[in-house]
Amino acid sequence: MNLLSAKHAVRSMSEQDTEQIAAFVAKRCVPGTVIALDGDLGAGKTRFSQALAKELGVTDVVNSPTFTIIKEYEGEKLPFYHMDVYRISMNEADDLGLDEYFFGDGVSVVEWSSIITPLLPDQYLHLFLQYEGETERVIRITAYGEPYAAWVNEWKRSGMA
Amino acid sequence: MTTINHISESPSTLKQEHSLILAIETSCDETSVAVVRDGKQVLSNMVSSQIDIHRRFGGVVPEIASRKHVDSITLMIEQAVEEAGIKLEELDAIAVTQGPGLVGALIVGVMAAKSLSLALQIPIIGTHHIAGHIYANRLISELHYPCIALVVSGGHTEIVYMESEGSFRLIGRTRDDAVGEAYDKVARAIGLPYPGGPHVDRLAMEAKKAVELPRSWLAPDSYDFSFSGLKSAVLNALNQSQMKGEPLDHGELARGFQESVIDVLVEKSMRAVKEYGAKQLLLCGGVAANKGLRAALTARSEADGVELVIPPFQYCTDNAAMIGAAAHLKWKQGAFDSLDFNVHPSFSLEKWMGQELEDKQ
Repeated sequence: MNLLSAKHAVRSMSEQDTEQIAAFVAKRCVPGTVIALDGDLGAGKTRFSQALAKELGVTDVVNSPTFTIIKEYEGEKLPFYHMDVYRISMNEADDLGLDEYFFGDGVSVVEWSSIITPLLPDQYLHLFLQYEGETERVIRITAYGEPYAAWVNEWKRSGMA
Repeated sequence: MTTINHISESPSTLKQEHSLILAIETSCDETSVAVVRDGKQVLSNMVSSQIDIHRRFGGVVPEIASRKHVDSITLMIEQAVEEAGIKLEELDAIAVTQGPGLVGALIVGVMAAKSLSLALQIPIIGTHHIAGHIYANRLISELHYPCIALVVSGGHTEIVYMESEGSFRLIGRTRDDAVGEAYDKVARAIGLPYPGGPHVDRLAMEAKKAVELPRSWLAPDSYDFSFSGLKSAVLNALNQSQMKGEPLDHGELARGFQESVIDVLVEKSMRAVKEYGAKQLLLCGGVAANKGLRAALTARSEADGVELVIPPFQYCTDNAAMIGAAAHLKWKQGAFDSLDFNVHPSFSLEKWMGQELEDKQ
């Protein structure tokens, strides 16, 4: 069961703002952190993932995982599992053994996560990136369970964005 | 650990030009098995979409799941051997795609290859998928080194420098979307069916004008690519036309997109050819079927006096014949794998032939 614990929305005026949000998230990541991303084509899901990977100390080029569905990277701080379920169905995703990543040693990021919501763990952080203009985005953050709710509350208190 | 000892003990006797290799490719959507002689003569090359799997197995086959590979792999092996007109006992080695690709999909091919290797007591050669795409060119032409390969597909966009046979140096790659993926995403944005590449190509070729879109050159000396910005530019053009209520000609947009992609691909590969003194330019991967790209590269190569090699379509998309062609390199060296080798979903091309290069971009 997914327990809705906290919600927040921020306005990102540029890629730098998005990078700042990624940095905030990256600082709190631990083994087993799951970040779910949604939003239209070109909304910046991969851009967010790249920024998060960089903060986790991934030095490899993080490019789109759309074709291979899952790409694994070694980060200096934590391993980074980059997934994109755009091309597959729920049933096919069920065969991929995603739990091994979600409950593994690294940070999992799932692009187009709403396709596989029932396969996500009970606790995760969901970001919806909404296109508002050429560089402007509204990022809707929803925390399901802890520690993600604490992150969101911390974010709200910080007064950032 | 199980090793085929009778083979690894006498590698010197195996350094030979002649081979009969059965190759298996299951890195993504296609299940393919081929029989290839001497790394260049294709005796058979079966791809799952060529036969009516749906009818034979009485159901719709999922596009990606490894189950599809499990369902069809043995049938594909049988058909490839039958079509080649050989007996299994005549085979010298089994080649299989070890990576990069989908882990579950790769495992099916590797397990089938290991079983055959064990049953027939012949060596197994784990093969790199991109090396396969590059050596697909050897199925139609002798390669002359040094050469440059432009690898363009749904999952890859890379420029590879080859100083000599089997030496791969990745000098450029995409920093975000692969070119085939950018095509699919643009196709989706303008409402074309999947896979969108051929549709965008057709619209672009028919359009009289082009919407002006940016070119992503990155740093002047960079051979890397970035198509994410171009994708955003296409989406912005669509959004703006919607907001202003001014209709946008999708053909002109497709042509603008295609021209931007092709300009960058052609310019960067020709620059690599010159800088590295390449004797040939090899075009590889599924996007090699793109008419606009073929025409532009052909025209530019002729103008610059560069020999361009483009494999026929069946060797551009994922197929096992190309894996047999690449595996022949390792056959000649007697470089075989032991039966406990693993699939490698993010296999590095530069490490495949046992070379380690520090010069990464």
